[in-house]
Order: sequence, then C-alpha cells, then structure tokens
Amino acid sequence: MNRREALISLVQLSALGAIGSASAGVLASDRPLAIGTHADALPQPPKPGALAYLTAAEAREVTAIFDRLIPEDELGMSASQAGCVVFLDRQLAGPYGQAASTYRLGPYLQGTPEQGPQFRLTPAQRYREGLEQLGQYCQQQHARPFSGLTGEQQDALLRTMEAGAAPLDADFFALLLQNVREGYLADPMYGGNRDMVGWRLIGFPGARYDYRPYLHRKGLPLDLEPVSLLDRAG
Amino acid sequence: MKTTRAKADVVVIGLGWSGSIIAEELARAGLKVVAIERGAWRDTASDFPPSVDTDELRWATRKEILQAPRLETYTVRNHAGQQALPVREWSNLTLGNNVGGAGTHWAAASWRFNPFDFEPYSRTVERYGKQQLVPGLQVQDWGVTYAELEPFYDRFERIAGTSGKAGVIEGQVVSGGNPFEGSRSREFPTPPLVPSHWNDIFTRKTTELGYHPFPVPAGTISQAYVNPLGVRMGPCTYCGYCQMFGCGNWSKSSPNACVVPALMRHPSFELLTETEVLHINKSADGKTATGVSYIDKHGMQGEQSADIVIVAAYQLDNVRLMLLSGIGEPYSPRTRRGVIGRNYSFQTLSYAYLWFEQEHLNPFINTGCLAIQIDDFNADNFDHSGLGFIGGAGIQSLSNSGLPIGMAGVLPKGAPTWGKGWKQAFRHSYQNWAMIQGQGTSYAHEDMYFDLDPTYKDNYGRPLMRMTFDYNLNDQRSGEFIRKQCERIAQAVGGQHIESYNFAADHYTPFRANDSSHTNGGVVMGTDPRTSALNRYQQCWAAHNVFVLGASSFPNNAGYNPTVTIGALALWTAKAIIEQYIKNPGPLVQA
Repeated sequence: MNRREALISLVQLSALGAIGSASAGVLASDRPLAIGTHADALPQPPKPGALAYLTAAEAREVTAIFDRLIPEDELGMSASQAGCVVFLDRQLAGPYGQAASTYRLGPYLQGTPEQGPQFRLTPAQRYREGLEQLGQYCQQQHARPFSGLTGEQQDALLRTMEAGAAPLDADFFALLLQNVREGYLADPMYGGNRDMVGWRLIGFPGARYDYRPYLHRKGLPLDLEPVSLLDRAG
Repeated sequence: MKTTRAKADVVVIGLGWSGSIIAEELARAGLKVVAIERGAWRDTASDFPPSVDTDELRWATRKEILQAPRLETYTVRNHAGQQALPVREWSNLTLGNNVGGAGTHWAAASWRFNPFDFEPYSRTVERYGKQQLVPGLQVQDWGVTYAELEPFYDRFERIAGTSGKAGVIEGQVVSGGNPFEGSRSREFPTPPLVPSHWNDIFTRKTTELGYHPFPVPAGTISQAYVNPLGVRMGPCTYCGYCQMFGCGNWSKSSPNACVVPALMRHPSFELLTETEVLHINKSADGKTATGVSYIDKHGMQGEQSADIVIVAAYQLDNVRLMLLSGIGEPYSPRTRRGVIGRNYSFQTLSYAYLWFEQEHLNPFINTGCLAIQIDDFNADNFDHSGLGFIGGAGIQSLSNSGLPIGMAGVLPKGAPTWGKGWKQAFRHSYQNWAMIQGQGTSYAHEDMYFDLDPTYKDNYGRPLMRMTFDYNLNDQRSGEFIRKQCERIAQAVGGQHIESYNFAADHYTPFRANDSSHTNGGVVMGTDPRTSALNRYQQCWAAHNVFVLGASSFPNNAGYNPTVTIGALALWTAKAIIEQYIKNPGPLVQA
C-alpha cells in the first residue's frame, strides 16, 4: 500500500465511523468542546423500500435459508417474518458488509485454525459467492434452487453444509447462522426482531437501563415488557 | 509540510488510564503536559448516553468502541517455527481507540494483585526451592513490593470510586472481604454491589465447602460518590451494557468519567486527538529521547519535543512503539538476550459452564464484573508442594452476560444450534446457564516473545508486531488444577449439565469465546537491566527520560484483572518523577 492508498483507507475508516470525526485537533482548557449528543451517534432505522445490496433472487434464497435456521412456530415468527432479510441486506450494504474493520493487506496465506479467519472476500462478497455456489449445488443435485426444495431436503442440506462436507462451505454456514441470529436479536432499530420477537423468546427486556427496582427479586420471573431504541427515537 | 510544536515538559503517548492519571498528576504539579491520542474525543453526555449505549449489535457485536484490526493489528503464531499471520478480524484483543482507551469499555473488575504476584521468584524459591519452576519459565521479581504500592492502590481506588469489601485492614482480617488479600490502609470508597441470584448460590455453596467467598471489587460503583479530583459519579443501575460499552450513568470508573474532566481544566495541559505517534525520537548519542513524531488524521506530520516521554498506550502498542523506535535491545529467543519483547504473559483461563434445571437467573441484570470470588486457590494461598506449578486462579461466579446475540450460542454441547430445537434450547439456556470462571496466573517463558513481523505492514508501511505464544507447562498444570476446582463447585451448586475447560490444554488462539483480553509484559520492570527493560519506577534503563506505563510493565500476570495495578503503578511513577526526577534528571536506580 502506498502513501496515497494509506490516506484513502484512513479517510474511509473515518467515513465508516471507525474514527470519530468530532473535535479533532488540539483540545485544551481554553477551548470549550461542543456539548450534546451528536446526531451521528444515533443509529437510524433502515429506510423502507428496495433492497440495498442483495438481488431479488438472492433475497429469496436467503429467506428460504433463514426460515429453516429460525422457523415460525408457537414460540414466535420466523426469521424473515421478523425482518432478518432486510436486516442482512442493510448490513451487507453498510460498513459490516464492506469489511470496514478488517485488516485487508496481503499476503493471504493458509494458516492454522488458531490464527483465525483469513478471508480475502468481504462479507458482502462472501454472500454473493456463497449463494451462487449453493444455487449451483442445488441445481446439480435437485434441479431446483434451494428455495424450491422441501423443508426436509433443505434441513438435510444445511446439516451437510454445517458439517463442512464439500463442496458446501461450513464457513458460509457459520456466517449465515451468525447473521440470522443478529437480525433476530438485535434492536428492532436495525430492521429485524420485529415486535421484539427474539427478546420475547427468552425474556430479555431490551434497551432498559435501570434494574435497581428488581435487584432483590432474585430467582423470580420478572416478565418485563421489552423496550427498543425505536421507542426512544420517536 | 511538517508542524513543529512548541516544546513541552512532558509528552504522554495515549490517553487511557495510565496516560490520563499521570498527565493529571504532572499537570497539577505545574508541568506543561501534551498528550497525543490516536482515537477521538469521547465523553459520556455526547457519545454514550443511555439512548445510544443500549445497543448490543453496535457495541458488543460490531465492536464500534474498539480499535479495528484495519487500523492496527498483530500477527500471531504458536511457536517460532510457524509463519505468523495477521489477526484480520475482531478477536479477544480489545484495544480502545478513543480518549479513555480500553478504560472506556472495560468490565471494571478492580483488583489489587496479591503480594506474592510482585515477588514470585524470591517467594517461590524461599518456600519450595527452585525446582518448583518448570524449565524455561522466566519468573522474576518486579522490584516494587505490594507494601510499597499500597498507598498508590489506595489513591487509584479513590479516584475510580471502587466498590468492594475489605478483607484485611492494617493487618487485621475483617469479615466479608478477601482474607488472602494484601493489607489495606482502609475500607473501599464505596460498598459492594448487590449480588446476583447466581452470586448468592455460589456464596452459599462455597461457604459450605469451607472456602472464603467475597464480592469482587468493582469499578461499577454502588452509590453516588465524589472523587478526590472533584468529579461526581452516580450509582450503577446494573443495566448489563458494561463491557464493550461506555457507561451512560457516570457509574463505571473510566478515564472519561473520573479523570479527564479534571485533567482538561488544567491550563498547562493540551491534548491532540486523532493523532498517532509514529515513533519516539532519540538524541544524537541515543541515550535519551527528544520527543515524538506524529501524524494526524489528515496525514499531516508533526513533531512534539519534550524533556520527558511517557509511553502509555495499550500494552501491545507500547511494545511495538519501543521496537519501532529502537529504544532498548530487542529480545532474541535464540540468545536469550535483550529485553524489548521479553516476558510476555497472558491469562490462563479455566471454566465450568453449568446449566440448572429450572432457574430464573435473570442474566440481563448484571455489570461487567458482578461476581463473588474465592481466592483459596489463587497466588500462593495454598500449598503447591508436589503440584509442579506456581500460581493459580481467582475462582468466581460471574454475572456479566445477558445480551441475547452473545448468548445465542451458549448452549449445552449437542443442543441444536438452529431450527425449532434451537429456539427451545436457547430459551432454557438463557435463564439457566451460569459460569464459574477461574481467572489464572500466567508466567512468561523464554520461547514466547514479541518482535517485528518480517512480512505484514500497517497502513503506513511499518511492520506489524508479531506475537509468538502458546501455553507453557506451568500454565497447563495450573489450568488443569483450577478446572477441577471449578468443576467440583459446579457439581456442588447443583448443575444438571456441566462442561469444564482448561484453555491451556489447547493451543493459544486470539479467537476463543470467553477468553481473556489481558496481554502483559514485553517492556517489563525489574531489578536487572539484563532481564528487564525498566527499573522499579517504570523508567527505561536504556533512556532515562523515557517512562513506559501499563501492563507492558508486568513481568508476570496475576490471577486478577490488570487495571488497578496499572493505575497504581502510574501514580507510583508520577510521584517518582515529581519528587525525584524533575529535581535531578537521570536514572532513578543505578544499573
């Protein structure tokens, strides 16, 4: 990386929020700081409308996968019903999808498991490639896309994928599982966890900030109605 | 174009706990202090009020409060025969990237080390003989004792507002605290937190087993408090957005809440934010430093000259900056000579994870360190004869995890990880899972060290630092011993399903769930310039006007979290600079 690229990467980091932009420079007692929450400190709910990164076909396949990972049942709605596909789409279009925090200088070498992920691709690119490979595999085996398989076929395929049996990719399975859980359990501010369904599943009260009234009700069900950042944003 | 700033008395690199503490002491003593911080300005009201803080995805999952690997990372390998590879994605290394450093997002476990931890060599030899040390272990005394540090521990706790219950005051054991701790001059500034249900269960059973449970000292403070710098703090609300988060309540001890508000009011203090020190500049004869070179976020380079250079970044960054600046001889594992990069220690973790049959643990009510601990198997509090290791661990019932994304994978082995079965397993686990953590000592080994990586570079083309580390025989043995203790307690408290782990039984990886972020050593203090980079005042043997602060000074790690010892050492060094060094600049200890 040359100097110019280095500076560009820093500018990108700054734009992605990895480096704050407020009050750069020299601070001292005779130079008062601005007071108050920065507008950019608050997350924004995803704008409704068209997909931001995924294609319609990709969104359809992700929907099928996510709804096997977190299905609809008496405990609550499915992942896609809860907004997890929209969540993922917006995440992939944003800093996360672009691997904004990741060290991306080469060389890329095969390491030991202890040395951790060495992905050359960004999460967004891994979805594009992973869905493409999965689609090809389903076409070869069943002459249908994943979304066209029966529930039992889908589960069997996901189990094979989770186990890492070639040509399916256990790393991509792990990414799917991590992201669908995020969507189901992150604040509804990010587009998933509709009606706080993920939080209701386990009894998590959400964005509450003071449990002192409950400290002495030890070992008892508290049945606290969850709270979202969305409630505060209005 | 290059900016040359007016000379200061002191330049401080990094404004975390160490940097802010020593900057405040020195500025108050009348010195002109300039601090240079790579991260941005952060304060409670603007950056992490409750409307911003309660967001697991943003802070704990996407880790917006940490230093991204993109900005600076490290290469790792388990032994010198491997090719080291960069840590590319988020790992257990949790460096801060803001004013406040890692002190903004820490869990706030606020320990003093045990007296043994400062003199592990002489006390081991005295009690057991040298044969207690496994081959290759680098165990050495710090050059400072617990008794010498006690007043500085006390002051740091006053500044931080620490909550807890003393176990030993003026040599007398008092009930309710840790009977194994070093003697304190007085009680904690604020009383202990209200324990969780899980904490209570642990207290009952460990008492029955004959152990000595006590509340873990916490920087999440239990009541309103005004610290000696005049800064006000509020009581903790047990919200559970603690580790990896800033605190919106002014309840968690942090540089931002406890020190920086006072520091910024000193007219002789200036702070450069979003500015990174590239290296320390040396004088023509190489025996002192003249200041530092830096680059700001716009790519503008500059120089800040100063009479004293204080290196106070995170442990890893301190070691790297010393290597990049060529101050002190780098350690060579082949010749065993050199001191920079020597004596790396980590934290040896063991766990028992247990699941109750039908509890309501309400895990969302927690703090970063809401825990009851026993120290019966820590430090040298038990007889190690015939055990083949030194050290041990603090064993605690930790209530610090209730956020759902992080808990979604906490399931008993064999439970479904997706599908309808996962929903049911997760629902049960969430209210019934508990952990017993053995947070163990770690001792350096001659084959484990830091140096500059020959392959991988940072954004400016400078080498990344390379970590060569795996657990040694002492770690493996102590970890196994502690794993058994954790498992025994898990059985006693009535876990229906128990899984226990000795992390040191596997190869080290920075990516293991629930592993420690505590990295130590590399620029250690000591009594001998051949085995330590710093003297007992954290003053560089190789350049007397360079002081290096932080866990990089630790020759070994205790069975505790490091922060309060880091803070006490910063105050200890500040006093030495003010009372001795300023009057007569030169080595404070003759080599």
